[in-house]
Amino acid sequence: MKKFAWILTFVLALALIVSACGTPAATEAPMVEEAPVATEAPAVVTEAPVAPAEPFRVAVVMPSAINDLAFSQSMYDALMRIQEEMGGPDAFEIVYSENMFVVDDAAAAIRDYASQGYNLVIAHGSQYGSSLQEIAPDFPETSFAWGTTAETFGQPNIFAYEAASQEGGYVNGVLAATLSTSKVIGIVGPIEVGDAKLYVDGFKAGVAATDPSITVNVNYIGSFSDVALASEAATTHISAGADVLTGTAQMVVGAIGKAEEANALWFGTQSNQTSLAPTIVVASQVYHWEVALHEMLTLIGEGTLGGQSFKADLANGGEVIEFNPDYSLSADAQALADSTIQGIIDGSITITLP
Amino acid sequence: MITDLFSATVLIGILASGIRLATPYLYAAIGETFGQKSGVLNLGVEGQMLLGCFAAFYVALTTGNLWLGLLAAMVVGALMGLAMAYVTVNLQAQQGISGIGFYLFGLGMSELLFQRLMGTVETVKGFPKLSIPVLSGIPGVGEIFFNQNILVYGAYLLVPLAWFVLNKTTLGLKIRSVGENPDAADSLGVSVARVRYFTIILGGTLSGIAGASLSIALLNVFQQNMTSGLGFIAVALVYFGAWRPFGVLGGALLFSMVNSLQLWIQVLGIPVPSDIAVMMPYVLTILVLVATVSRVRAPSALTKPFEREN
Repeated sequence: MKKFAWILTFVLALALIVSACGTPAATEAPMVEEAPVATEAPAVVTEAPVAPAEPFRVAVVMPSAINDLAFSQSMYDALMRIQEEMGGPDAFEIVYSENMFVVDDAAAAIRDYASQGYNLVIAHGSQYGSSLQEIAPDFPETSFAWGTTAETFGQPNIFAYEAASQEGGYVNGVLAATLSTSKVIGIVGPIEVGDAKLYVDGFKAGVAATDPSITVNVNYIGSFSDVALASEAATTHISAGADVLTGTAQMVVGAIGKAEEANALWFGTQSNQTSLAPTIVVASQVYHWEVALHEMLTLIGEGTLGGQSFKADLANGGEVIEFNPDYSLSADAQALADSTIQGIIDGSITITLP
Repeated sequence: MITDLFSATVLIGILASGIRLATPYLYAAIGETFGQKSGVLNLGVEGQMLLGCFAAFYVALTTGNLWLGLLAAMVVGALMGLAMAYVTVNLQAQQGISGIGFYLFGLGMSELLFQRLMGTVETVKGFPKLSIPVLSGIPGVGEIFFNQNILVYGAYLLVPLAWFVLNKTTLGLKIRSVGENPDAADSLGVSVARVRYFTIILGGTLSGIAGASLSIALLNVFQQNMTSGLGFIAVALVYFGAWRPFGVLGGALLFSMVNSLQLWIQVLGIPVPSDIAVMMPYVLTILVLVATVSRVRAPSALTKPFEREN
C-alpha cells in the first residue's frame, strides 16, 4: 500500500512536469469568483497599444506547436511581428499555451488568462468556440478573439477571425495545373472540414479552371497529427502518377519529404514551408493574421472589445502568396500567378466552391 | 472504378506501403511482446518511441551520422526501459499507471528538448533505399519487399529472431516461465527480477529503434507528438498477435495494409466517404480481435508484481 502511494506520487510528479512543459504560462488556479480583471480600468487599456506605460498583454491558446510550420505558427509569427512593430515585450507582452489538443485544457487556460487580466485572449482553433461562449460573459472587461470562424455569438467582447483559404488555394491550383506535366495532382488533407476543406476546394477549382483534363486526387487521412500516414498518402499520390502535390495542416511535413524524394513539386499553405524542401516548394499561401489583429487592437484602444468578425484574404493582405526565391518559375507562370491574384482581388475571378 | 484496385501499380503500391507502415509497429510490438511474456505490461512504449524519435533525429542532424542517431535512440530507449524496470520490479508499481506516467514523460520531454534544441521543424537525409541485388529485380515482388531502407529489413528479420529466442532458447524459457509462474521459476533459481529487467530494457531499446525508424528512415523529420498513438496501437497488436512474434507480424501487416488500401481507395475516387475509409483499419482490427480473442490466454503473471514469499 505504501509503495502504491509512493508510485502515485511519482506519476503525479511526472504528469505535473509534463503539463508544465506543455503550458509555459498559466499555472495559477483560476480565481473566477474574485474577477480580478475588474481592477483594470478600460482607460488604461486605451493607452496601452500607443504609449506603453503598461504593456498590452496578449495570451493565445493554440491546438498545435508554435513551430508547426502550419496553423499555430501562422498566429505565433503574426504576434511576433506585431510585437516587433510595437517595440518589444515591454510594450506588447505575449504568452501562449500550445499543443492544446484537449478542448477542456484549452478552456481552463483561456479562463486562467482572462482572470490574470490579459487584455486580449486569443482562442486559436475553431474547436474552442463553445468554451469561449461560456467563458467570455464572465469577463466583460477582457477582449477575446476566436478563429477560424465568423461567429461572435453576439457577444460584445468576442472578435472572430477567419481566412479565405480558398483564394490562396485557387492561386496555388492555377500554378500547379500549369506546372504539372503528368496531368495528375495529389492533395493530402487532414479531416474534411473548415479551413482545410476550403483550401482543398479552392485548389481544385483553380486546377479545373486552368486545365480541366487534369486529374486531382484528394486524400483526407483523418488526422491532424499522423505524420507517418500523411507521408504514405504522398507516396500513394506519387505512385498514382502525381508530379505536383499540396496539402494542409501540420502533419504534412511528412508528405513534403516524400515529394522531395520523388522530385515532385509542392505547394504550401498556412505558413511558409519553403525551408523544409527548398528545391521543390514553389509557393506557399501564408496567413498574415496581423492584419486582423491590428484592427482588433485599434478597436480595443477605442473601447470596443468585440462583436465584429474579420476575414483574411488576398485583397486586405491577410493572405499572401509567398514564392520560393530558389525555385525558378518561368516568366509566363509568374505572370499568370500575378494576374490570378490580381483577378481575385479585383473580383474579376470568382471562385465557385462545391 | 473498383476494378482499378486490381491493377499492378495499385497492388504493388498497397503492399509496398503496407510493408513500410508496419515497420515501427513491428519494432515496438516485438519489444512489448518480450516484456509481456515476462509478466510486465509497458504502456510507456509511445513515450519511449517519442524520445527515440527525437534522439535519433537530433544526433543525426548535428553529427550527420545516421548510425550514431540510431545508437542514440537505442540508448535513450534502454534508459527509459531501465527506469521502467526499476519502478515495476523494485518498487512493484501498478504497471498500467506507471506506464502512462512514462508515456507522459516521454511526450513532454521530447517536446521540451525539441523546443530548446531545435525550435523549428527541420529535415535530415535518412537511411536511403537499399535495393537487394538480384531480388529487387524481380517484377512486383522486388519493388514490394526488396527496395526498402535498412530499418525496414531489420524489422522483418527481428520477427523470426524473436520467435527463435522466445521458443528455442534457455533465455526464452526463463522469460516465459517468469511470465507464467514466477514463484516456480524463482524456486528453480531463475532470478525473476533480472529476467524482467532484461525484457523491459530490451523492449525500451526496440521502442527507441521504432522511433528512429520514423524520424531518420521513413519520414526524416521530427515533429512534436509525431508518433500520434502508434505506440498504443503497438501494445494492442501484442494482444492481437496473442503474444507470438508471428501473430504480431500478422496483426501489424493487416492493420498497415488496410491503412494503405484506404489511401488508394480515396486516390482512385472510389465513392466511399473519407471518414468511413479512415475508420477501416480500426474497425477491421477490432473485428479480428473479437473473433479471435478466446483462442489464447495472456501470460498468467501479466501485470502482477513479483514478491518472494518468506
